[in-house]
Amino acid sequence: MKHDILSEVLSLREQRIACAVITHIETGEQILWQKDKVLSDALQVPFEQALRARKSQRIETEAGQYFINLYLPEPRMVIIGAVHIAQALVSMAKLSDYEIIIIDPRTAFATQERFPDVTLYGEWPQDIWDNVKLDAHTALIALTHDPKVDDWPLQKALEADCFYVGALGSRKTHGKRCERLAASGVSETALERIHAPIGLNIGASNPVEIAVAILAQVIEAHRI
Amino acid sequence: MNEDPLKIAQGWLADGRDVALATVIETWGSAPRKTGSHLVIDGEGNFEGSVSGGCVEGAVVYGAMDVIESGKPQVLEFGVADETAWEVGLSCGGKVMVYLEKIK
Repeated sequence: MKHDILSEVLSLREQRIACAVITHIETGEQILWQKDKVLSDALQVPFEQALRARKSQRIETEAGQYFINLYLPEPRMVIIGAVHIAQALVSMAKLSDYEIIIIDPRTAFATQERFPDVTLYGEWPQDIWDNVKLDAHTALIALTHDPKVDDWPLQKALEADCFYVGALGSRKTHGKRCERLAASGVSETALERIHAPIGLNIGASNPVEIAVAILAQVIEAHRI
Repeated sequence: MNEDPLKIAQGWLADGRDVALATVIETWGSAPRKTGSHLVIDGEGNFEGSVSGGCVEGAVVYGAMDVIESGKPQVLEFGVADETAWEVGLSCGGKVMVYLEKIK
């Protein structure tokens, strides 16, 4: 590997930007891939397959053998609302290797005791937003039920093209939410991206089961 | 979390050390490290990261000395011995293929 490719990979990883190093195994020649980079005809299709499967792999092409090493940012989960469902969700999301950030301005909820070992902000989302940095490898889950807390981060998540955006609440609650978000300029296509009522329909009937339904839906959005 | 081997390589290069990079490029069966995993080695044989559960690192470090000297990449293939695989919690042996190159 060339030293400048190594430096570039490290810098992109730091910024949570996906990249890949494609090595011709026989010659050692290397290409650094970033979004929108056009590859040779022989590489383009197998590369897209590897990227979709999110798996680094060796491929055979007419031009020889290559190894595609994908450097993809770890998925992250931003939860608005340090509620009971969030407690169950956090323990399972940790097992699934998600980096977790929880935000809830109600300091009685947002305690480190209730949420050990996660990044926790007992503040309004607007006040700490510079620390959050949403991106396409982030899932945003709004669980407070309170428009004052949930609406703004939901809008930001849609703008940032988060791979998953979900909000707790019934169809009726969600209908009103959509009206408010539309009034603040969110397009109809963007609103359709919000998963609400949140979670896969598995008949979940308590906080833990709702957390299972949410996590399953997040994983589905991430993998499929 | 363990420190990123690529960051360690960057630090070593900044110190003026020779550095080789090993990458798992293929696995069969229950190999302990997935494809894309890195091990970095310096000219003195110091290493960080892993390409297996600890069973083939010695051979990779040995190969790295060659690669550092010649500057030419190599592909190494290893079968993970059953008893080693068992130690790392796998019920059967796996195989790994490792690409070894010098960082220039």
